[in-house]
Amino acid sequence: MENLAGWASEASAHAASVDRLMLAFTLMMVALSVPVFVLMAVFAVKYRRGRTANRAHPVNRNVWLEVSWAIVPFLLTVVFFVWATKLFADLYDPPADAIAIDVVAKQWMWKFQHPGGQREINELHVPAGEPVKLTMASEDVIHSLYIPALRLKQDVVPGRYTSMWFTADRPGTYKLTCAEFCGVDHSVMGGSFIVMTPAAYERWLGQSQVDDTLAAAGAVLFRERGCSGCHGPGATVHAPPLTGLYGRPVPLEGGGVVTADDQYIRDSILLPQSQIAAGYPHIMPTFQNVLSEEEVLQLVAYIKSLRSGSPEGMRQ
Amino acid sequence: MSERIELHEPFSDAAQQHEAGMLGMYVFLGTEMMLFGGVFAVIFVTRALHPAEFVAASQKLHVFIGALNTGVLLTSSFAVALAVAFARAARARLAAGLLVAAAGLGLVFLGLKAFEYTLEIHEGLLPLFSRPANFSGPVEHLFMNLYLVATSLHAIHMTIGVVLLTGLAWRIARGGVPLPGRVALVENSGLYWHFVDVIWVFLYPALYLAR
Amino acid sequence: MTMDNALERRPNPDDLNDRGLSETQDERVSYLRAGHTLRSWLLTTDHKRIAILYLISVTLFFFIGGAAAALVRADLLTPQADLLTNEGYNRAFTLHGVIMVWFFLIPSIPNTFGNFLIPLMIGARDLAFPRLNLLSWYIYMLGGLFTVFVLIAGGVDTGWTFYTPLSSMFSNGHVVMVAVAVFVVGFSSILTGLNFIVTVHKLRAPGMSWGRLRLFVWAHYATSLILVLATPVLSVTLALVAAERLFGLGIFDPKLGGDPLLFQHLFWFYSHPAVYIMVLPALGVVSELVAASARKPVFGYRFIAGSSIAIAIIGFLVWGHHMFVAGQSMYASAVFSFLSLAVAVPSGIKVYNWTATLYKGHIELDPPFFFAASFIGLFVVGGLTGLVLAMLAVDVHLHDTYFVVAHFHYIMVGGTVSAYFGALHFWWPKMSGRIYPRIWGRLAAIFIFLGFNLTFFPQFILGYLGMPRRYHVYDPSFQVLHVLSSAGASILGVAYLMPFTYLFWSMRYGAPAGPNPWDVRGLEWTVPSPPPKHNFEEIPVVTGPPYDYPLEREGDQGEAGDAAEGNAAEGNAGSRA
Repeated sequence: MENLAGWASEASAHAASVDRLMLAFTLMMVALSVPVFVLMAVFAVKYRRGRTANRAHPVNRNVWLEVSWAIVPFLLTVVFFVWATKLFADLYDPPADAIAIDVVAKQWMWKFQHPGGQREINELHVPAGEPVKLTMASEDVIHSLYIPALRLKQDVVPGRYTSMWFTADRPGTYKLTCAEFCGVDHSVMGGSFIVMTPAAYERWLGQSQVDDTLAAAGAVLFRERGCSGCHGPGATVHAPPLTGLYGRPVPLEGGGVVTADDQYIRDSILLPQSQIAAGYPHIMPTFQNVLSEEEVLQLVAYIKSLRSGSPEGMRQ
Repeated sequence: MSERIELHEPFSDAAQQHEAGMLGMYVFLGTEMMLFGGVFAVIFVTRALHPAEFVAASQKLHVFIGALNTGVLLTSSFAVALAVAFARAARARLAAGLLVAAAGLGLVFLGLKAFEYTLEIHEGLLPLFSRPANFSGPVEHLFMNLYLVATSLHAIHMTIGVVLLTGLAWRIARGGVPLPGRVALVENSGLYWHFVDVIWVFLYPALYLAR
Repeated sequence: MTMDNALERRPNPDDLNDRGLSETQDERVSYLRAGHTLRSWLLTTDHKRIAILYLISVTLFFFIGGAAAALVRADLLTPQADLLTNEGYNRAFTLHGVIMVWFFLIPSIPNTFGNFLIPLMIGARDLAFPRLNLLSWYIYMLGGLFTVFVLIAGGVDTGWTFYTPLSSMFSNGHVVMVAVAVFVVGFSSILTGLNFIVTVHKLRAPGMSWGRLRLFVWAHYATSLILVLATPVLSVTLALVAAERLFGLGIFDPKLGGDPLLFQHLFWFYSHPAVYIMVLPALGVVSELVAASARKPVFGYRFIAGSSIAIAIIGFLVWGHHMFVAGQSMYASAVFSFLSLAVAVPSGIKVYNWTATLYKGHIELDPPFFFAASFIGLFVVGGLTGLVLAMLAVDVHLHDTYFVVAHFHYIMVGGTVSAYFGALHFWWPKMSGRIYPRIWGRLAAIFIFLGFNLTFFPQFILGYLGMPRRYHVYDPSFQVLHVLSSAGASILGVAYLMPFTYLFWSMRYGAPAGPNPWDVRGLEWTVPSPPPKHNFEEIPVVTGPPYDYPLEREGDQGEAGDAAEGNAAEGNAGSRA
């Protein structure tokens, strides 16, 4: 049973909050249900047929009583609704300085890419006390990254990025599994979630084999796949500039504005005709069957890295 | 109601039987509406996800054939409405004739639809019959998949309707359906036909007229 | 205790005075004897006979689905993959889900007891469309045949939820075949729902106003609304999956820009209301059982009837709570969470009103009461743990874990199956004309309750510890709880088989029931048991409210519990009509 620690321990402050909420709710469940059980048992004995009991003036309706047992439990649940929704909303609000780790799920393994280019499979190392944001993509079916010790999970859906963030604060080795049924080997698609002290994490990063940082790998792809032919410096084609693009609003053809986030950049690479930046021709080809999800993530990292420089830096 | 109406087992009078039949048909059409509702939901969500490509793909459809077909169907509905009116007035031959006319227009619709599919096959636009590479992009492929599924689901309903009206007209002509006693049968078949028309009236703008 | 004495005796079919052993006068003219050939059963349009056809076939599928569950539980005794392969396990739980959901739970109570009782309860001779009713059974059997074919051909491994793109592009089981089976059986549901709606609207006996309908009928009316409005959405969704798989007409294919989450929205738009299709009839049954056990008018009739309709309506607006971690927007999740918590209100009303109904009643501790009480207990646990899952931050942790498995089994198995058996025990004397030994009924109820809790309570703990569902190979630290669960499942399996032994026994050896063996009120208890082919000799005229038990009675005016059985009841029989 000692292994249960890998599942059930509270590795983050969020996990502790969820457990507190659950405990409080359990108490409410007991308060709402035990009277029913006790009264049923008491009535079944006391008012057994043929048994002497005071049955004078039974009632068969009492609107106020009924309204009250509709309203009171409801108000109680509303309190819990607010509490739970507040906790949930925090999950959508990652700090800006979070370490960005990319996740690619495929049947039946988890691949992780750290910003420095370190890659690992079925193991995720993170530093304690620092916020981490995972950007996740799937190569095939829907998976779901589940880290019970954080009380967190998020589906990984093909065709879009999903994300999740956390600050783990207790170093240790925890479980990491797939929670969404994904085919034959679903139940063995898992591994370890390893929280290390920041110093140990730095050491681990240093020891891991690295070819390139993510952004650098993306830069290589950017040249190799011909992106630079249109989007690069000196290109003659009228293509949108990418420097400083990330996080900025992009006016679209036909009205509307989107923020250039990870999802937008991904869609622009794979489904380029869907959201066309206003004022540019529809000439971008799709890279749907050319790039893997990992490569797309590297390109996204590269484009994100083009923050500095003049606004029209890439185009002359 | 005439005295010739035959009562079926659980009913105690003719009005009750008539109302039950009508209510049953309305409930059935409610389920049909939810069936197509699923298709429409998919169409609208797809459009919301890819507005520009959706419109571009829609413009490749043969909008005139679609418009012609809309006209054909509306005319056929008119014929069915007349048939119901004549059936109520016990004008059996006229009712049967109009039902046949409506079914004929239904066949015209199906013929035009088939012709449209052939054109699309030649243009390399119809999934199943053309290579995915022919599409200008993935969303056009997606749109044409949806188009094929939605229109063929509708065509299946049309085919059922044609068989239904033809069979009914034949039975009326042979005197198998005493009128106006069993006018409910004509009314219910008419309701089904109108319903299938209305579905087209919504499918046509949703698919052909996306702008 | 005439009945218990009957157990001792040997049959003497020649002696007509030998009650309990020979055919009674009522049985001679009953629907059961209206034709003895197989043809007279297979071509019947009598709602009661069709109900029996459903009872047999639905129960058969219950045991096929149960066999798959047994396989799953046996495999989970050990953390390794020993009994089944990974793929074999996936096929076993998928089959269990598909058969239990569409071939047992959805048709269980409506198509058997609803079919049998709605016309009797509203004072009609049959359902509005008797031939459609028979057609519905044949369509059900056709769908069942497809499923059995899939079973023999090797099964399917997508889970009963058919999530794309796993089902449409990656799975290598017989997905299309199963989709066809579910599609087909959907038509059976639609026809049954349509028939019930029209019947309740148009065939009520004179004086049977909406406010005088039994709560069982109200619950079935609400269920029928869901059946006709939600089922077609599932049909079209599965048709789209089949088109994608069969013809490559990708609709949800992310590579074409399709949205796999759209499939989930459409699927749960049906499948969440489908949960209420499964549980609303059970709630109707329990309302009847509680009122009958207490021999008292139901407390708050209007609130219970209204809450059925409220559940049916809100049930259509909560599907998104299956997708809190699927990537839908935070605001959508918040709205769905709130609406899901709101379902607690009508459900809570029912539970509290049932409890209040028992207050100052004349409670007979008969098998129906045992089943009703165990239903209420399990439904309360299932319902409240449902609220746990409706809370967003907690669901992020518990979604797709064993907590969810435990929760919906408390509702579906603890709730619906208990109600199914409760209904079987309550109306068996009406359907068969014979009484079964009550002590065995009580024992079966107790064993089912204990076995059920032992099976599924450990799964709440497993879930909170983080064990994901649909896991074949699991962490050895979970083994203790899994062994407990499997042990409970074997008790449960035996307990489910028990009723079929003594119920069959009663058909030959049980004492004749008489029209009203439980001494309760309701139109179905005014006709002989088993009812004659046309239910009522004359359509009854209803003059009073349902559950018109005398309100003021002396608690102990000397009505010994057993006097009710058989003879005393016949006196009451005519009083209603």
